[in-house]
Amino acid sequence: MTDSVRSATVSFQLNGAPVTLSIDPTTPLLWALRNTLGSTGTKFGCGAALCGACTVHVDGVALRACVTPVSAIDGKRLTTIEGLSGSIAEAVQSAWIALDVPQCGYCQSGQIMSAVALLAVTRVPTDAEIDQAMQGNICRCGTYPRIRAGIHQAAETLRASPTASPAASPAASPAASPSARPARGA
Amino acid sequence: MKRRTFLLAGVGAGGALFLGWALLPPRQRLVGHRAPETASGAIALNGWLTIDAHDVVTVVVPKAEMGQGVHTALAMLLAEELGCDWARVRVQPSPIDQIYANISAVVEGLPFAPDVDNAAIRGIKWITAKSMREWGVMMTGGSSSVRDCWTVMREAGALARVSLIAAAAARMGVNVASCRVENGVVFSGSRQMRFGEVVQEAAQHRPSRVTLKSTADFTLIGTAARRLDSAAKSRGEATFGIDVLLPQMRYAAVSMSPTFGGTVARADLAAAQRMPGVRAVVPLSGSEYGDAPGVAVIADSWWQARQALPALAITWNPGPHAALSSEAIMKQLHATAAGTEGFTFRSLGSINDAFENAAHVVDATYDAPYLAHATMEPMNATVRMSRDQVELWTGTQVPQFARDAMARIAGVPDDRVIVHEQLLGGGFGRRLDVDYIAQAAAIGKAMPDVPIQVIWSREDDMQHDFYRPAAVSHLRAALDANGQLLGISAHSASQAPFKRYSQRVNFVFAKFTPDRTTAEGSWDQPYEVPALHASHAEVDLPVPVGSWRSVGHSHQGFFFESFIDEIAASRNQDPAAFRALLLQRHPRASAVLQLAAEKSGWGQPLPPAEDGQPRARGIALHWSFGTVVAEVAEVSISVDRRIRVHRIVAAVDCGVPVNPNIITQQVESAIIYGLSAALSGEIRIKDGAVQQRNFDSYAPLRIAECPVIETHIIPSPHMPSGIGEPALPPVAPAVANAVFALTGLRLRSLPLRLPAPGAVT
Repeated sequence: MTDSVRSATVSFQLNGAPVTLSIDPTTPLLWALRNTLGSTGTKFGCGAALCGACTVHVDGVALRACVTPVSAIDGKRLTTIEGLSGSIAEAVQSAWIALDVPQCGYCQSGQIMSAVALLAVTRVPTDAEIDQAMQGNICRCGTYPRIRAGIHQAAETLRASPTASPAASPAASPAASPSARPARGA
Repeated sequence: MKRRTFLLAGVGAGGALFLGWALLPPRQRLVGHRAPETASGAIALNGWLTIDAHDVVTVVVPKAEMGQGVHTALAMLLAEELGCDWARVRVQPSPIDQIYANISAVVEGLPFAPDVDNAAIRGIKWITAKSMREWGVMMTGGSSSVRDCWTVMREAGALARVSLIAAAAARMGVNVASCRVENGVVFSGSRQMRFGEVVQEAAQHRPSRVTLKSTADFTLIGTAARRLDSAAKSRGEATFGIDVLLPQMRYAAVSMSPTFGGTVARADLAAAQRMPGVRAVVPLSGSEYGDAPGVAVIADSWWQARQALPALAITWNPGPHAALSSEAIMKQLHATAAGTEGFTFRSLGSINDAFENAAHVVDATYDAPYLAHATMEPMNATVRMSRDQVELWTGTQVPQFARDAMARIAGVPDDRVIVHEQLLGGGFGRRLDVDYIAQAAAIGKAMPDVPIQVIWSREDDMQHDFYRPAAVSHLRAALDANGQLLGISAHSASQAPFKRYSQRVNFVFAKFTPDRTTAEGSWDQPYEVPALHASHAEVDLPVPVGSWRSVGHSHQGFFFESFIDEIAASRNQDPAAFRALLLQRHPRASAVLQLAAEKSGWGQPLPPAEDGQPRARGIALHWSFGTVVAEVAEVSISVDRRIRVHRIVAAVDCGVPVNPNIITQQVESAIIYGLSAALSGEIRIKDGAVQQRNFDSYAPLRIAECPVIETHIIPSPHMPSGIGEPALPPVAPAVANAVFALTGLRLRSLPLRLPAPGAVT
């Protein structure tokens, strides 16, 4: 242990509760969540924004936590799978359960975060819009057909109850965030 | 039922449950050496279930849940016979005990053709099963779980039901014969009693006879019951190995030799020790379990540990294989496959006569590359190494081998090891190995009593796998002047993955025998051919190899089913009709083929793809793990020469469909996993090291490339067979055969790549 520890104070809202960390500001948000805060719903898959397992919402926008320095979310509102709420999240998670989307389940936190971010912006997505929004999330068990069906079913649920309002309304399209849809092979 | 009754009577006599637990005969599989751990107030009725006062039934499952839905499927087997309320069924991993050993995987792994049955084979299977009950190991793999537990878990449920009825009848003062069970309640006339009310007395009861339900009476088996784990996995509440959190836990990152057989020449341990958050730096020598030499850094967070690795400034001694390359390996495999020496797995009829009488010979050589498993959850293990006791938290397909590795590295006896099994974020055969566990034990020893979580980066995971072996097969078919098939010969070359694995984990039964997994898929298919000769030459290479979903079938299925298509083409015959001809004496396989053809609209015109390019179908059928699957792929070639797969129609006969919902899931899963490999999967070796590092250079299928998949299940009365793997082997050949139908190009190399326009083929 040396004097070279760089430490900074980073404050943000984690699932509605204020959090203040004294931490190396370059630490990826993923590891701040998992190791420092003990919040393990957000998964580590690749460390390079290639697989989407670590997807979280920052001010409602889907973001890859594995390449986002924790300092970048200072003062922001962070939602992880543990804190998902609102009609969109409920519709997505209910569809996931009803259709038995998960297999091993490891990538599903990220898949659900991406799906909720998509539906927050595009209430009735086409298959092409689903492809675009979900292309950054890898699943090795091959749950893609059920993910697609799950998103359509959630959209249908939301359409049938139009009065329901999303708890977390994203400020921008997930597509606007560069890390939300990394190009394949990038 | 006579024999079963007898067996269970024996069990019942000894089955005084915990009374005399250790005195029970070791062979029977219902009651173990120690009781399963129970939640407070829950009572074990045998080694497979506990019931609490609120009627919650906890099924003890000896197989790892890695996505394949096995916890749900196994719970269904037991619940069917128990007659409990499905809504109150939970599962918990079994302890390590002989009663949970996987017998089926070993017996079914014997090198006998599936359609051959005689007294000698039955005898060998019987003695093998008997041996495995004594010396077998717990293992989740070989698509064997439901088959392995099919009888024992239903017996466990039935036995418990009999005890519960007896206890309830005694309490109500009625005759046992007047009782029936429904949803966890014992009824007699207008009276009733819940399981939870009588479980205590039931535990004292010794059932003497029990009869299992006939398939016609099933009310749960055969239904699309929802998975027990979907809710937790959809809410981020499921706990995988990497999610284990213990007080005072530290994290370790590792740097392992990039070359196979390399070692650390120099490392600046002190520099790493000075990095922020670092608690210890641990040189690693590697072990017989396959973990590579290197250095580990333990720190307060994994990020800190990882950041400290570059400070080690390791100089590697690249070892004896520093010049190894994929090109040289493929050259060697091709040369070996071109020869004839090897182990003959099957010889039927006279292959020499077939070729002597041939008017026409079809001759083709196929190859396949190494593949990584790339589970979404990278390898990881958490250990706490104390002087008298060591503990492990991890996801593994082989808890017993995991325990062995912990004990060996720690230098303690087996009974000083506690294994806490976690959910697996994917297995696919990767977590049959225990290298990451042995490594964690070695790291954990550096900080006794402190929980250490070792996590591999994606790059570590991809470059330190036990790969699906690269393989080459030389196939020849003899046809007479009328195009009649006289014989097929297949001679392949590759490393022996299961033999190498058995040597790593010391699975003595398969360390020295011919490795069936090298050639499976080439000699065990249901086609009737007058002469067949299938042999394999084992090639020893330094690349670590292991079991990759469907193992030998994964590439042999591609070779053989593409070649069957070539034979059909040489006869100008429709590939489905040609297969049907060869399957006339195999009604189950015929029915599967027919169903896939019918549901896919085989023979009917296909509209072009949305980009205007024509589409065509290809078909393939494959038997593996007791299950026959046929698949029809609809394929087009995009203007930029990419193979696009639009739709796959699968038909499957896996015996009694225990849960059609999970079967459909597994068919989808195997097809997508197989399609990833078929379209882009390739691990390449250069300068003795794996070149692929992450999901950019080893790119799995993503949602936009995923075809529509339709699964059709044959309602079969046969004993259940495998489902986690069998839908994988047919997908690559179905796609390749469609490419042939579309272009006339026969792609004989995986992954499937179209030659550049104008290239001569």
